[in-house]
Amino acid sequence: MKNRLLWPLLALVALLLLNLAVTPSFFALRMQDGHLYGGLVDVLKNGAPTLLIALGMTLVIATRGIDLSVGAVAAIAGAVTCVHIGTSGSAGTAFAGMAIALVLCAVLGLWNGFLVAGLGIQPIIATLVLMTAGRGVAMLVTEGQIVTVNNTAYRQVGAGFVVLPISILIALLVLGLVAFATRRTALGMLIEAVGVNPEASRLAGVRSRTIIWTVYVFAAVCAGIAGLMISSNVSAADANNAGLWIEMDAILAVVIGGTSLAGGRYSLTGTLLGALIIQTLTTTVYTIGVAPEVTLVFKAVVVIVVCLVQAPKARAALSFRKVAVSS
Amino acid sequence: MTESPPPVVEMRGISLAFPGVKALQDVDFRLFPGEVHALMGENGAGKSTLIKTLTGVHRPDAGEVVLAGENVAFSSPGEAQHAGISTVYQEVNLCANLTVAENILLGREPRRLGGIDFPAMRRRAAEVLARIGVHIDPASSLSEHPIAVQQLVAIARAIAVDCSVLVLDEPTSSLDAGEVAELFRIMRVLRDEGVAILFVSHFLDQVYEISDRMTVLRNGALVGEHLTADVDRRSLIAQMIGRDLGTLEAIEDAAEKRKPGGPALVQAEGLGKRGAIEPFDLDIRAGEVVGLAGLLGSGRTELARLLFGADRADSGRLLVDGTPLRLRGPRSAIAAGIAFSSEDRKGEGLVADLSIRDNLVLAMQAARGWTRPLSRRTKDQLVEKYLKALDIRPANPDALVRTLSGGNQQKVLLARWLVTEPRLLILDEPTRGIDVGAKAQIQQLVTTLAAEGTAILFISAELEEVVRIADRIVVLRDRRKIAELDGSVTGVDEVVELIAGGAAPEKVVS
Repeated sequence: MKNRLLWPLLALVALLLLNLAVTPSFFALRMQDGHLYGGLVDVLKNGAPTLLIALGMTLVIATRGIDLSVGAVAAIAGAVTCVHIGTSGSAGTAFAGMAIALVLCAVLGLWNGFLVAGLGIQPIIATLVLMTAGRGVAMLVTEGQIVTVNNTAYRQVGAGFVVLPISILIALLVLGLVAFATRRTALGMLIEAVGVNPEASRLAGVRSRTIIWTVYVFAAVCAGIAGLMISSNVSAADANNAGLWIEMDAILAVVIGGTSLAGGRYSLTGTLLGALIIQTLTTTVYTIGVAPEVTLVFKAVVVIVVCLVQAPKARAALSFRKVAVSS
Repeated sequence: MTESPPPVVEMRGISLAFPGVKALQDVDFRLFPGEVHALMGENGAGKSTLIKTLTGVHRPDAGEVVLAGENVAFSSPGEAQHAGISTVYQEVNLCANLTVAENILLGREPRRLGGIDFPAMRRRAAEVLARIGVHIDPASSLSEHPIAVQQLVAIARAIAVDCSVLVLDEPTSSLDAGEVAELFRIMRVLRDEGVAILFVSHFLDQVYEISDRMTVLRNGALVGEHLTADVDRRSLIAQMIGRDLGTLEAIEDAAEKRKPGGPALVQAEGLGKRGAIEPFDLDIRAGEVVGLAGLLGSGRTELARLLFGADRADSGRLLVDGTPLRLRGPRSAIAAGIAFSSEDRKGEGLVADLSIRDNLVLAMQAARGWTRPLSRRTKDQLVEKYLKALDIRPANPDALVRTLSGGNQQKVLLARWLVTEPRLLILDEPTRGIDVGAKAQIQQLVTTLAAEGTAILFISAELEEVVRIADRIVVLRDRRKIAELDGSVTGVDEVVELIAGGAAPEKVVS
């Protein structure tokens, strides 16, 4: 397992060093008004929504599934909350709005779980339904407008500070909870068992359906929290663009972290590294001044390299060469 | 058989180590053209590993492979096949979603105008199938056919190319007697054409019937190479396991001494499912071993699955301790103390990518629910106990089950259920595809469990085994229970007659 995390870790360190070379002050941290600022803090803050969604995605992927709808669910969460808040400035309204949004996200997760575990539809198809329909729902909620709010309490979620940005704290809290819930209980093992061999797990008495259902609900709630962060950061709900393509970043983070799309064994630490790599990459593009028109190509090259060094075949080729040289 | 022709395959000093295991140590092996050569040994003796070294799946750490006088080092099964070594592995390795013809000619499809020539492909597939006497539609999907037929398709695939060496790793484990005879006929034809056939089977009868020469392995090392005619069974088994048949005789004695009585623990009344098994009655008492005998497809597995709730019955009812039990699924059966070890270890039994430890505790943990995890200490104690009790190798709890040999995988699966201390243990083909030593251990275990009061439903295609071990034998034919016999006074011949004979009367002996 440690060996598996070595390459993502090296990739992350290399990216950070590249930033340091270009911007010598990149690692510098400073306190201002009790808030911590710096390049690393920015990476973490901007990466928080991706990390959250990737955590939910990790568990879904571990059960051999995939959830394409998380971006749309994030948009719905922001839309519902902003519409509920409207012009109100009260903290109570903000919290009520967020609660409603998260409950709704849980219901959407139940829907995904129903399609996958209840009806046995392939996950990629089942969640594609909500991926496309969800944006429409968000549009309906916002009536096609970008809804802006002016609510201090709500703004805290995405842009607030308690020494560190609150979004980082929320993401780390969820990471801690998931790690605890899966590794300190038997949930992690049961999820992996269902992912590796669903039928054998069922015959061993594992509640495969319930477990699959649970991970989709969890993924949707994670997406909901991420959606609140995104919307709160700009104090607006944009049904079309909030969380757009974030499912792809999340899936990528999971894969870079060494969890196989074929299901089974997963690594939360790997996912954390994966999410950080993706966010650092985005930051790097800006700091080293990559021209906008080649940004995507640059990202693609880095991702391909990271995935390649992890592939068993590529590694076998590398080690084979080593053997050949030594013999 | 003279040794005048040079061997087509010669392996010298082959060694291969996996992490923590020395799979092969300095093994020599020769294979001559026009012979059927049996590779014998216990589970984990290194038979499959040696075969995979020959076919390019594994690269040996030391030693050399000589094919037709030339040193070769295959880096993939494809290369080996290209050089004339065709292989049929133990587990069917085909694509169930493709057609029979596509499976047979996958990777060497006849081409026309840059595309695949499907009519030609079906024709060629039909020819190959006809050569081995299998009459199925080449255009049908492979998944429509039972495992036995899929096995024959795998063999058809292997002989569809010109091969000088044909490797058959446990080809007969899912075939019935008629299909085995057919396979042997084909093997003899190929042998007479000069093909060298490497054959692995745990059925000694078959080995003695078909093979000309044998090589015996034990614990990854070569024990000896003999002409089959020169070795009798007793000395062969002694070579394989270093023990004699005394253990097996002890099992038989134990079965005769056991006289279970008392009320039924589990009772099926008219339990049945349309298209799977006709309604049947069945009582199983505590401490009793009930054997299920019948041919492949006679409804053995289907009956077991109904008792376990793996499939839902559409008629009848199940009583446990005289109280009706509504089986909503495996969970409710497990809660009532029923355990089911599936015949399909890979597909329905083990979770291959998890460790021995996780596989062992899976059923117990599932029954407890995820919120009440077993402590690390309890797990370690359980794992240590069963690794030792069942002699599971390697005795490393963190080893992935995928890397274990068939017999050890079977033991892990058994141990998973023993951990839950079931009252009724249903064993579907627990000894299939495993060697004599592990077989004896598992049979021994069954008698011990019964003596301790566990009820056991024992399903096996090997009638000798069923007759030897069971107190009562339930005979199935064509998805129907046709008889129930007293195990201690019944011989194999009588059971065979019942299974085969269409006119046998309904006979119940209690």
